[in-house]
Amino acid sequence: MNVGGSTAGAARRSVESATGAKAESMVWPHKHLLGLEELSAEEITFILDTAEAFEGVSTRSVKKVPVLRGRVVVNLFFEDSTRTRTSFTLAAQRLSADIVDFTAKTSSISKGESLKDTARNIEAMGVDLIVCRHWAAGAPHLVARNVNCCVINAGDGRHEHPTQGLLDIYTIRQVKGRLAGLKVAIVGDVGNSRVARSNLFGLIKLGAELTFVGPTTLVPRAFEALGARICHDFDSVIGEFDVINMLRVQQERIASNVFPSLREYSRLFGLTSERMARVKPDVLVMHPGPINRGIEMSAEAADGHQSAILRQVTNGLAVRMAVMFLCKQAAEAS
Amino acid sequence: MNVILEERGISKTLEGLADEIEEAIPDRCAVGVIGIRARGDDLARRLIGLLEARGVRDIASGVLDITMYRDDLAEIGPSAVVRTTEIAFDVEGRFIILVDDVIHTGRSIRAALAAIIDLGRPKSIRLCVLVDRGGRELPIQPDFAGIRCDHGEGHVNVRLEESDGVDRVEAGT
Repeated sequence: MNVGGSTAGAARRSVESATGAKAESMVWPHKHLLGLEELSAEEITFILDTAEAFEGVSTRSVKKVPVLRGRVVVNLFFEDSTRTRTSFTLAAQRLSADIVDFTAKTSSISKGESLKDTARNIEAMGVDLIVCRHWAAGAPHLVARNVNCCVINAGDGRHEHPTQGLLDIYTIRQVKGRLAGLKVAIVGDVGNSRVARSNLFGLIKLGAELTFVGPTTLVPRAFEALGARICHDFDSVIGEFDVINMLRVQQERIASNVFPSLREYSRLFGLTSERMARVKPDVLVMHPGPINRGIEMSAEAADGHQSAILRQVTNGLAVRMAVMFLCKQAAEAS
Repeated sequence: MNVILEERGISKTLEGLADEIEEAIPDRCAVGVIGIRARGDDLARRLIGLLEARGVRDIASGVLDITMYRDDLAEIGPSAVVRTTEIAFDVEGRFIILVDDVIHTGRSIRAALAAIIDLGRPKSIRLCVLVDRGGRELPIQPDFAGIRCDHGEGHVNVRLEESDGVDRVEAGT
């Protein structure tokens, strides 16, 4: 499959390797990955290119490479997560790291310890990389300012979820062969979604055309200033898109005023079987999971041949391996 | 830079290596030729052509990126670019010829051996290099070496048509 010939050409330079042979390379400067907003298009492309190399590790007989052998990775999670944490755990294990889970409910957080103290205590145990998820935007940034080890943001409040954004973009590039000029829709609770924000920053830098679709209460006009088109009528635009990424309806918000009712939401913005009849034939259907079947999408949309949902999960491993590898390299070089 | 091999020298050297390798291949044994990125893969493709011209059949071809297996990533710093490894055949039970442009410390080959063994258990692995420049830090030696030159701490560069537009081996400080 053609996964696009894109390279981070401008940012690469030639260096003499140990044997004197020329090697194309890029100086990867970031020991943390906190968001896609602060990365350049070349840097995002470089992560995607690196992830391609790591994709092969998961399909071999020995699903392990020694990149992080003897290193320690901690999952520092202040918010529930199953798939993201599992994906980071598997990715770290495939890089031969030791990995420990630190979850807020079972920890001294419940005894009143501050985030800064928690992070520094964890680092003092000899940790090389912290994967941090927090309900507050900016929490991983605070951790990064207070430790010397690498920090990767695994989702902070309504701000960013950079590895999810990267795996979505990677999946689109893998299937479509390109990103520039593609029409991408992100549908649902955009205002509360860190997945939507990370996708926005990455996709626009790489030249895709992004439309946010949803009710006025969930898709604020303010996103226009960041380069996205806003649309409140899914049916009027559904046939245009090369990619439709459905966000999860966060059921905990149903009680609030932003959702009149689940049935109404599903009728207006769900990817139903009727709507699937009107999409482009080669549309790519995506979802960051977990899916509420029958609410934001029908089983037909989720399981059909246009669905890339399980491919997203598989690609998440390669992307997270690449990110951990690059951050660790930058940390060791500095 | 001293030029130590020109285009004709490289092709003559490769012909000689192909003769030696062909003789070493056990009867009725499946052969796989794996080149190490970068330059080793170019040489591997040329060797496959030469072996086929000598009547060796069904040679499987692969390209190996050893970045994930290197033990000196911290030294080469953030410049290491990981590329894909493309070994689409089963190494199990095969006679593998590992190809690189230059052998120096032996560390790249150590990394390559670890990478191949993670893919399965070949019948045997033989090492073929265009240039053996001495300076080993590990007990690893080539089975087939095109030329030998002891070059101390300087550079030995192999430039190949496929990657650099010209065939030349040069040495310098």
